[in-house]
Amino acid sequence: MADVKLSGVHKYYGNVHAVRGLDLTIGDGEFAVLVGPSGCGKSTLLRTIAGLEDPDDGTITIGGAVVNDLRPRERNIAMVFQNYALYPYLTVNDNIAFGLRARKTPEIEIRKRVGEAAEMLGIGSLLQRYPRQLSGGQRQRVAIGRAIVRKADLFLFDEPLSNLDAQLRDEMRTEIKRLHHEITTTMIYVTHDQVEAMTLADRIVLLRDGKIEQQGAPLELFEQPRTGFVAGFLGSPSINLIPATLKINGGGAAVVFESGGTMTLPSAKTTSLTSAEGRQVLVGIRPQHFSRAGGGSLRDGVVAYSAVADLIQPTGTRTFTTIKIGGVDVVAELQAHDVSRHGERIDLAIDLNRVVLIDPASGLVIA
Amino acid sequence: MKVGKLPARKVRILGLRYLGATVVTLLFLFPVYWLFMISFKTPDEIYHVPPLWVPAQIQFSNYYVLFKDGDVVAILNSLIVAGVSSGIAIVLGTLCAYSLARFGTGGENLAMWIISQRMIPPIAVVFPIFLLYVHFGMVDGFFGLILLYTAFNLPYVIWMMRGYIVDVPLELEESALVDGLNRWEVIWKVVFPMVRSGLMATSVFTFVFAWNDFLFALVLTRTEVITFPVQLTHYFGGQSNFWGKIAAMSVLGTLPIFVAVSVMQRYLVRGISLGAVKG
Repeated sequence: MADVKLSGVHKYYGNVHAVRGLDLTIGDGEFAVLVGPSGCGKSTLLRTIAGLEDPDDGTITIGGAVVNDLRPRERNIAMVFQNYALYPYLTVNDNIAFGLRARKTPEIEIRKRVGEAAEMLGIGSLLQRYPRQLSGGQRQRVAIGRAIVRKADLFLFDEPLSNLDAQLRDEMRTEIKRLHHEITTTMIYVTHDQVEAMTLADRIVLLRDGKIEQQGAPLELFEQPRTGFVAGFLGSPSINLIPATLKINGGGAAVVFESGGTMTLPSAKTTSLTSAEGRQVLVGIRPQHFSRAGGGSLRDGVVAYSAVADLIQPTGTRTFTTIKIGGVDVVAELQAHDVSRHGERIDLAIDLNRVVLIDPASGLVIA
Repeated sequence: MKVGKLPARKVRILGLRYLGATVVTLLFLFPVYWLFMISFKTPDEIYHVPPLWVPAQIQFSNYYVLFKDGDVVAILNSLIVAGVSSGIAIVLGTLCAYSLARFGTGGENLAMWIISQRMIPPIAVVFPIFLLYVHFGMVDGFFGLILLYTAFNLPYVIWMMRGYIVDVPLELEESALVDGLNRWEVIWKVVFPMVRSGLMATSVFTFVFAWNDFLFALVLTRTEVITFPVQLTHYFGGQSNFWGKIAAMSVLGTLPIFVAVSVMQRYLVRGISLGAVKG
């Protein structure tokens, strides 16, 4: 077990500055997920920790020891790759035992550990097969098995589920989470999938252009994004961003949309905005903060809004409905039967208690 | 009725196909057959008109003469020269190919330059090489021939193996590096098994090149290290040709190639890297 510290890490590929002076500390036993759009440097960072890439600057520490000059095999890490990286000419058993044999572990010990890992992953009956005889999910289990028998200090996962179909991905995600509960080794997991990031992580590290945009617990990032990018990256469907102008009147504030229409903001949101009259903002409303308005009075901070349903996308549990606010297409996530046909007029309640206001120039969340 | 008709038509087509295949096979096998038959005939039978399809009695006197006179040493020489030179070319060439494929050694153009060396017509370089060899006293020895065949086979091996190695998923090697192997072990335990079919096929081709080469062997050997193709030419005389010896020597010289090709067939068919990554 080990903690991981990166300080001032830079990595260039030719002219591309892939990792830009990154500082990051991952605690012992923590499950950290590096997430971000493609090209944000998350895989590069993981490979640098693994020793498959050398950093151009900065130091990497694993378990208190600087590992910059250590080869991958000297870092006592285990890694699971996107394409499983199973050796096609070896049986499942030999694949799992590969790393142990490379480290000259006694055969008795190998047999014991392979047996344990296979049982933990439910692949005990497949040990004599070859990788080509396995399904995608089984292959990924073997790849994970090969990592866990090593009893490494640190586990690295490089988009391990992206080759699996949706159902299998859900299943394997659960298993990886359970695995972490059972073996409690420090894990660093790279993905571009925000659902994987949210569900697996103790801590999400959201990267953008080789730098950390924000890091924290999943719900912290989701509910208190520091930038518009974070707000937009997490959540599915993604947050709606509507251009508007701030209007301060007395103690309260409201947003005025470009094509007309005004929404009064809840007082909790306005304390920091007293001198922001006339300021341009992007109003970020998550699809989940819409609901069908029942009769009766609305809670504090919830506003009523009447709209015409345009596109309707039922998912079974929820229905995504496209409406217009301030002339912009906006997605509202409603109950499955809240809306039934295109063109239907619906009365909505929008919870503005959790609205985010973003400065369009800097991209920072201002309230 | 329809059910009965269709198979009949299919059977006819299949029959024609087999007939065609048989004819073509016989056509191609005939020279081989004839070669074997001549090697078993007496001189009288070889020149008999009309030709005899089979000798009256299978006899091995043509082979016996080759062994008695020591001519078969040429086969042994060829085996040594071809075997050692292709072995060296394979080992060195594969390592070079790995370097080109994985470390980008020499940039994009080095591989092209290397293969261009293989395009040189041998006749254009054989005499300069001869003069060089005379100067260094390397004519008519194993070392000279092995060096030359290695040099000629290296570009081919590098080019072919580079292609096979590039196709090995990089993640397999990286995974092995993380799992505890060093670079040499990765080449031995991961890359070699992955490119085994390609390696076998390439070895066969390099072996066959050295085995069949006539030009260099003719110019660079005299009496000490005569290879099989050169030895064969000694049986073509101004007055007469020793067809019995020619045939027997040709049979002996063809056997190693038979073995080599049957090995190649087994490995060429295998798509070994199937299932390495998502399949």
